[in-house]
Amino acid sequence: MSKKLLSGPYIVWMIGFIIIPLVLIAVYGLTDKNGAVTLANVLAISTPEHSKALWLSLKLSFVSTVICLLLAYPLAMILRKRNIGKGSFVVFIFILPMWMNFLLRTLAWQSLLEKNGVINGILTFLHLPTQPLINTSGAIVLGMVYNFLPFMVLPIYNVLCKIDDSIINAAQDLGANFWQTLLLVWIPLSVPGIISGITMVFVPALTTFVISNLLGGSKILLIGNVIEQEFTKGSNWHLGSGLSLVLMVFILFSMALIAKYDKNGEGSAF
Amino acid sequence: MKTLKERIQYIGENFYLVLILIFLYAPIATLMVLSFNGSRSRNQWGGFSLQWYAEMFESSAITAALQNTLVIALASALIATIIGTAASIAINSMRQLPKTIMMGITNIPMLNADIVTGISLMLAFIAFGISLGFKTILIAHITFNIPYVILSVMPKLKQTNQSAYEAAMDLGATPVYAFYKVVLPDIMPGVLSGFLLAFTMSLDDFIITHFTKGAGINTLSTLIYSEVRRGIKPSMYALSTIIFLVVLTLLIITNFAPNRKKEEH
Amino acid sequence: MSQSLIDLVNISKSFDGELVLDDLNLSVKENEFVTLLGPSGCGKTTTLRIIGGFEKADTGKVIFEGQDISLLPPNKRQLNTVFQKYALFPHMNIAENIAFGLKIKNKSKSYIQDKIKYALKLVNLDGFENRTVDSLSGGQQQRIAIARAIVNEPRVLLLDEPLGALDLKLRQDMQYELIRMKKELGITFIYVTHDQEEALTMSDTIVVMNQGYIQQMGTPEQIYNEPENAFVADFIGESNILHGTMIRDELVEIFGAKFACVDRGFGTNTPVDVVIRPEDIDLVAPEDGTLVGTCTHLIFKGVHYEMEVTTPDGFEWLVHSTDMCPVGKKVGIHVDPFDIQIMNKPASEDEEVAAYDE
Repeated sequence: MSKKLLSGPYIVWMIGFIIIPLVLIAVYGLTDKNGAVTLANVLAISTPEHSKALWLSLKLSFVSTVICLLLAYPLAMILRKRNIGKGSFVVFIFILPMWMNFLLRTLAWQSLLEKNGVINGILTFLHLPTQPLINTSGAIVLGMVYNFLPFMVLPIYNVLCKIDDSIINAAQDLGANFWQTLLLVWIPLSVPGIISGITMVFVPALTTFVISNLLGGSKILLIGNVIEQEFTKGSNWHLGSGLSLVLMVFILFSMALIAKYDKNGEGSAF
Repeated sequence: MKTLKERIQYIGENFYLVLILIFLYAPIATLMVLSFNGSRSRNQWGGFSLQWYAEMFESSAITAALQNTLVIALASALIATIIGTAASIAINSMRQLPKTIMMGITNIPMLNADIVTGISLMLAFIAFGISLGFKTILIAHITFNIPYVILSVMPKLKQTNQSAYEAAMDLGATPVYAFYKVVLPDIMPGVLSGFLLAFTMSLDDFIITHFTKGAGINTLSTLIYSEVRRGIKPSMYALSTIIFLVVLTLLIITNFAPNRKKEEH
Repeated sequence: MSQSLIDLVNISKSFDGELVLDDLNLSVKENEFVTLLGPSGCGKTTTLRIIGGFEKADTGKVIFEGQDISLLPPNKRQLNTVFQKYALFPHMNIAENIAFGLKIKNKSKSYIQDKIKYALKLVNLDGFENRTVDSLSGGQQQRIAIARAIVNEPRVLLLDEPLGALDLKLRQDMQYELIRMKKELGITFIYVTHDQEEALTMSDTIVVMNQGYIQQMGTPEQIYNEPENAFVADFIGESNILHGTMIRDELVEIFGAKFACVDRGFGTNTPVDVVIRPEDIDLVAPEDGTLVGTCTHLIFKGVHYEMEVTTPDGFEWLVHSTDMCPVGKKVGIHVDPFDIQIMNKPASEDEEVAAYDE
């Protein structure tokens, strides 16, 4: 019985710093400056300026997620194949950049892509015309893929490692070639990892304001930038909270996906 | 004996691995090279120089931010580990329904977008009348660190042998003594990896700190953000290089030292 | 070409520099039940995996009906495997598992339905089509694994310790079922096990392996009654292995006593190994025995008594008999000539290691 008392501090903490803060967002989002209940802050998403930002966020994060998945799945398969019985050094090399400070990683791409940056420097050196690289949607997608790729690789790799070799052997034994084995065995069995990876890339990509700020310039606004500005510059916390509530719909949707496809937490990255 | 097809496949796989490695490391390598560049320019090599390292160590803003970052990471990881480990033990002994509720709420800060967590905490601190500063950063970091500790400790708790704990009590140990002598050594690897995970998460965080820090205090992340927006200073490159090397050393020690020990046993 | 279905020719294989199979030659005839028997690490599973195509031999060839299939991937080979851990697809139900190979081959729906029905009947699990894999017991999963393999009508079925994870009673039931299925299907079985009883019960031919070498190949009777070396004698059943001297044809000396036997051709005064099965020793009155000893140990085993008789030279003879001899009693040891098996001493040092490693 006394064991349950151990959860006391955590329960207090949870209520104070997880539940109440979320309730506050809802309170702010659903009221106006005078405290009257209103849906205006939430519906503000339909204004051209906001819906454009949300639509662009959805588009760029979707593209980034797809690219991450296409890059990560073969990588995870090769890593699984190479790593058996050899310690985790190969895998370690691939997740090491993940532990590098997020801002520094983005800073690195900024230095590479800038008008006077490294890539254009190389182009000039080769007497080629310089390219507008920074402040484009492409630069933002690149930043997203670079920053979040490890979050896709890890859960997929973890799930693939749990698949017993004999199941793969059995599929081959029954006549399946590489593509048939991939489609009928590998992919269905790695769904928990794929779903977990997708949400771990999609949610931060959808809500980022740092990557768009550093690589997209001031002209490209994502929904994250809009919300951030409401809190730091515009100071309309009610509007910011209302837009956050809209964002949370997408987050809840991905939580539901995880709950459905990764019941046992097999696809967790850590 | 390998068929031609297998050999081609092997070469193809290596090619792919190398491409991804270049993609992952080229930007970091660029930062490192630029940190030794005598010129401020990013596309001209001004000779080898350590001036940006000197500038970095002389900057009081950087050293203060570094100190804040380390103190917050250490303190938040430590407190989160204590609260989280205690909570894990309690949750593990709960019935199904309260357990599901507890784990569901625990998952929120992990799955929620950092921007929402950051904003919600900021609103809460203001509602509670806590002025934004060092204290609020620490509380925020503890909040998002606890779930990582719980997620590291819970699997170990599930593996521990309940009968070992009962056997210890059967042999006359008090529950507290049995816990320290039997359960804790069993879950220690989980507690440690939870602590390390929390520590690194705290080091790496920017977004939540950004919203909860208030004016006048910086961690490395927030400092870099403000510097970068004002235009890149090469001292940031020097800082990146040092951080990368420190992280690399730490990770190699934590990842490979314990493994070697295990193999010896 | 030869009449055999599968030929392994000079197969060698090593993992991380350790030799697992050393120049192995083996041929399997059509419709035979061949068992590869040996302790763990003897190379039996590796041999099976080489036949199945999951490992490639370092040197040597795998010949199937006269064709070299050494480099053929598993999905192109006309054989199917039943894996040790069943290896059912956890994301498919039973019918989907069984249908897997047939769907790959683009068989018609009705054909697949018929095959599933037939296979489930064969393994005594009618009506299990829509069950999930994890709702089945180990024994049931094993049957499904067999059903999944045989619906593809393979020429050869490879079985890798398929009964290893089952409990004793279930294992015995499954042994009879496998014999029945083999008869019904009329296909070749290559079976890997470390359980000598399983091998003796089911096989047409037993291949005893140790440390990458074939120690002996023959019918269960040959393997049991006429082991060719001490390893086989020791591994198959319990036995007394003694050092003896072949005085001349049909006469062997053990501990100074002369036993009549039926073996010939070992020369005169040659040192040999002598194998006598514990159930072949008759305990008689001391004056009637070839050797005299004292009973030092007695255990009731149900079917028979297990006794140890110590002779003056210190050797403890293991004896199985339905007649009891109390501890401390002096008894005579008598062995009929045809129950004595004479073997050459191991020739090379390698074989010596192989023989006494267990």
